[in-house]
Amino acid sequence: MKITRRDAVAMGLGATMVAMLPLRVSAAGEEAVMAFTGGAEAGEGDITLTAPEIAENGNTVPISVAAPGAVEIMVLATGNPSPEVANFKFGTASGGAEVSTRMRLAGTQDVIAVAKMADGSFIKTARNVKVTIGGCGG
Amino acid sequence: MASGVKPRVKVPKSAAAGDVITIKTLISHKMESGNRKDKQGNVIPRSIINRFTCDFNGANVIDMTMYPAISTNPYVEFKAKVDASGEFKFTWYDDDGSVYEAAKSITVS
Repeated sequence: MKITRRDAVAMGLGATMVAMLPLRVSAAGEEAVMAFTGGAEAGEGDITLTAPEIAENGNTVPISVAAPGAVEIMVLATGNPSPEVANFKFGTASGGAEVSTRMRLAGTQDVIAVAKMADGSFIKTARNVKVTIGGCGG
Repeated sequence: MASGVKPRVKVPKSAAAGDVITIKTLISHKMESGNRKDKQGNVIPRSIINRFTCDFNGANVIDMTMYPAISTNPYVEFKAKVDASGEFKFTWYDDDGSVYEAAKSITVS
């Protein structure tokens, strides 16, 4: 097969689009993480985010997040129109930083959980969820 | 006030002192995200519950900020540590200023 100049231009454009899409999506999520941590780098740690690998219906995706010793947990959906999902602060009567809820996902994307530990450090984890039907209307 | 808002909470009736118990809450609310459009193409304004708190005998258990990405009929499950008998107070704050409340007591032996 011979590649014409037109094909080459089209392929180049396509590649640029593919390269730019994830970048733009993660930028919004990255910003939200930064706003939460106040610019501090979030490391790895004892934080578990449980979500289905494949969610048939993006309107109600059950998630649970647990981070022993955390005082605050933020959940983000990087591919949603606005990345914030929920922010949990645990008080003195809390029985552990462990919470479950249901969220909406606009499409297949990474869900991020960032936890603020009692000593002021941050840890985060991410999970990819494939969504069959998006849940944000349109 | 959004119509038909009904909070439901599930708390064990009794527990031993120092136990960690699981609390489940659900409140019926449409949680209009503000991203949807009606048939005419107009954006349906956002109307969600934006905050949920739970207190036990005046001590905070959880304070949750909700965003439009929380599903219809927001469900939250979390843990609380009980040292003495008392009452759990649950409060939901709606975008329109309404406040929905529920309470459940627990006997700790």
